[in-house]
Amino acid sequence: MAGKVKWVTDIEKSVLINNFEKRGWVQVTENEDWNFYWMSVQTIRNVFSVETGYRLSDDQIVNHFPNHYELTRKDLMVKNIKRYRKELEKEGSPLAEKDESGKYLYLDFVPVTYMLPADYNLFVEEFRKSPSSTWIMKPCGKAQGKGIFLINKLSQIKKWSRDSKTSSFVTQSTKEAYVISLYINNPLLIGGRKFDLRLYVLVSTYRPLRCYMYKLGFCRFCTVKYTPSTSELDNMFVHLTNVAIQKHGEDYNHIHGGKWTVNNLRLYLESTRGKEVTSKLFDEIHWIIVQSLKAVAPVMNNDKHCFECYGYDIIIDDKLKPWLIEVNASPSLTSSTANDRILKYNLINDTLNIAVPNGEIPDCKWNKSPPKEVLGNYEILQILHR
Amino acid sequence: MLQEESDLSLIIAQIVQKLKGSNLYAQLERQAWASLQRPEIKLESLKEDIKEFFKISGWEKKLQNAVYSELSVFPLPSHPAAPPEHLKEPLVYMRKAQGSWEKRILKSLNSMCTELSIPLARKRPVGEQKELLNKWNEMGTDEPDLSLFRPVYAPKDFLEVLINLRNPNYENGDSLSFRTHLGLIQVPLKVKDIPELKEFFVELGLTTGQLGIDDSTQVPPELFENEHVRIGQKVLTEQDSAAAQQYIRQGSPTALRAELWALILNISSHPEDILYYEQLKTNVIQHDLLVDSLIYKDVKLTASNDDYYFVFEDYLYQVLLCFSRDTSVLSHFAYNSASPPKSYIRGKLGLEEYAVFYPPNGVIPFHGFSMYVAPLCFLYHEPSKLYQIFREMYVRFFFRLHSISSHPSGIVSLCLLFETLLQTYLPQLFYHLREIGAQPLRISFKWMVRAFSGYLATDQLLLLWDRILGYNSLEILAVLAAAVFAFRAVNLMEVTSLAAAEVRISFAEMGWK
Repeated sequence: MAGKVKWVTDIEKSVLINNFEKRGWVQVTENEDWNFYWMSVQTIRNVFSVETGYRLSDDQIVNHFPNHYELTRKDLMVKNIKRYRKELEKEGSPLAEKDESGKYLYLDFVPVTYMLPADYNLFVEEFRKSPSSTWIMKPCGKAQGKGIFLINKLSQIKKWSRDSKTSSFVTQSTKEAYVISLYINNPLLIGGRKFDLRLYVLVSTYRPLRCYMYKLGFCRFCTVKYTPSTSELDNMFVHLTNVAIQKHGEDYNHIHGGKWTVNNLRLYLESTRGKEVTSKLFDEIHWIIVQSLKAVAPVMNNDKHCFECYGYDIIIDDKLKPWLIEVNASPSLTSSTANDRILKYNLINDTLNIAVPNGEIPDCKWNKSPPKEVLGNYEILQILHR
Repeated sequence: MLQEESDLSLIIAQIVQKLKGSNLYAQLERQAWASLQRPEIKLESLKEDIKEFFKISGWEKKLQNAVYSELSVFPLPSHPAAPPEHLKEPLVYMRKAQGSWEKRILKSLNSMCTELSIPLARKRPVGEQKELLNKWNEMGTDEPDLSLFRPVYAPKDFLEVLINLRNPNYENGDSLSFRTHLGLIQVPLKVKDIPELKEFFVELGLTTGQLGIDDSTQVPPELFENEHVRIGQKVLTEQDSAAAQQYIRQGSPTALRAELWALILNISSHPEDILYYEQLKTNVIQHDLLVDSLIYKDVKLTASNDDYYFVFEDYLYQVLLCFSRDTSVLSHFAYNSASPPKSYIRGKLGLEEYAVFYPPNGVIPFHGFSMYVAPLCFLYHEPSKLYQIFREMYVRFFFRLHSISSHPSGIVSLCLLFETLLQTYLPQLFYHLREIGAQPLRISFKWMVRAFSGYLATDQLLLLWDRILGYNSLEILAVLAAAVFAFRAVNLMEVTSLAAAEVRISFAEMGWK
């Protein structure tokens, strides 16, 4: 029954709307019969909440999984990965192999992390082992670099210790929960500058796991030269690579936006470090993305109406080891430069081609196996069939 | 036979003379003395044994590379009686034109100096020196007030000079014939035609494998890529400059490129080289030059805004500021038609004892100059190595792109080659563009002057520069420029203005950047 796909969104971004319009889809409101809803994370919470939720019909698709926060909240992501590793260890899987010092050989891709205030005492024990280390405090529920700060002294987080000592049944509001991670103070520098990688990963189903990685990711550079010196710990322009923060730096440039394509990174690394180590690095990056998805797959509500496009943030250290910093459920669709706009437009285009086959009214019961030709700039990370 | 012999002995004498003063000579001498300890060296056959030792230990190869380097860079002596100016540039009218152009540049520089009341050079006070030393790795954040500085000249100013070049001995006659050159360049230099280019660039033929094309994902690597990479590794193990130069004509694998270029340019980082660079750095710290501001301005205008090169902004200052102070660069003026500008200590105008070259390396940067260095940052991240490579690339190739000469790789010949190719093989397009006031050279000139840096994506640019090194010639730039026009010919036939033509053929438009 060929009708036009009816779309709704509560995110007013041109890269989205242009893509819907170019397919000839029809805009409707959320109270009408819609087929495709690109929603913010607040809205997905409402759709699947016990009180305000409603059943989605077979011809309705949404762009988030109901409990995506298992992957996209910093504390839950770490919790799930830790659980996954222990499970593999228990079943004697070779993936969970450890080295002499007890570090996982293949699954050590998240910096040591603790929840605060819950793990405060555990954290203190770890902190005292290497008192000159720097740690990064991140609020669990915020994005765009908000509320993040670095510490190198226990006194700087006394507040969290006081709270945990006062009562044992304090219900910590999720807004105040923090994670504290060992700060990677030896990041790979290019031109003396720190950068991180933003990669887009599309998941069409978790069980069986089918995920795709967008080939055109990018590096986000800090505008200020990196220095691990303690006097610069407060200078967020040195340490945080979020564009939202860098945009306000004096040297922010609106032509290139401080961004490099992943291809540039590859060319630079192959030219200066050699092909083998570069290929190994990129293989490892693919590996950690897949492992992180496998870690949350068992607890994900694999609702067939859902797909999701994540923004993965990865940092590479100076030994060319990649670290997973966090996963974003709503990667920014704002464009900071002309190139950016083109990239995000194409990203949405390729995502829609996979999630809504042929641009026709969807049937959520479809087999979620798009033909190779529609992948566009996505490449297959993992396609399991059962 | 006799003439050839005497030519050869002249060349050998010249090269021996040059190498005698070099570091390599001192090392060879030391090695020879040390080898006397070895059991296989016998007094009766001393000469042969030492030669054999050099062969086995790889020193002969180093000497071979040095000789090859000299042959590649220095033009062969044309005639024993030829005066030194002929080595710079044999044609008088070209020399004169270059001389007047230089006068104009220097005048422009001096007037900027007077206008802004800034000295050409001054010693930095100690406090300022300390500050600069601290900031050495992040000069990009310094941001002095550059609003009053202008680049001394831009490529389009230089183009106007080239357009007005005339050979006073050449009488074309006023009648137009099919032989009349319709382009902007109106001097009769010999340029290669397509059969000659095909012969010269034989390794770029359609039946020969090329990196960048025959190693794409669709092509099975067994067909070309694997073998080519294997040969590249072998060339590097053998450390043979000549072999590397031949090899790189088919393009270099990304992982081998840094080493291959260093081998071809005969650059090795000895402690002396690193010390020399540090010495230059000290010069930068101690003295401030007016050209420094020009360099700053150029980097801020070009590389800082480039998608690929903005990351390396600080490296560019570290290379270019040192480059300005490097007096060893002066030696390349022996074969460059340009001459280093002379300036006089204040109050001693005209007195030769008080003459200095300004800047110390004799090279005044122009708008876009920093783009010669930028692509190299993808290959070398050690400042002193990066510096050496850039300096060698400059004194072998880049200087020809902004001096007026009759050399086949000089910018004048490149422009003429470009226009001739277009007029001969795409006459309809050429005529059309000319009619709408869009002389093709006006569009392609800036590409060639910058050796396409900033116009092509970096991976493509490096493949192009592979060929510059491989063929020891810049002619490929003119051929590529013509090929771009050929590629867009159909599109360009539709335009009706220069501005529209610029857009249709812009690299960003075509997705090549």
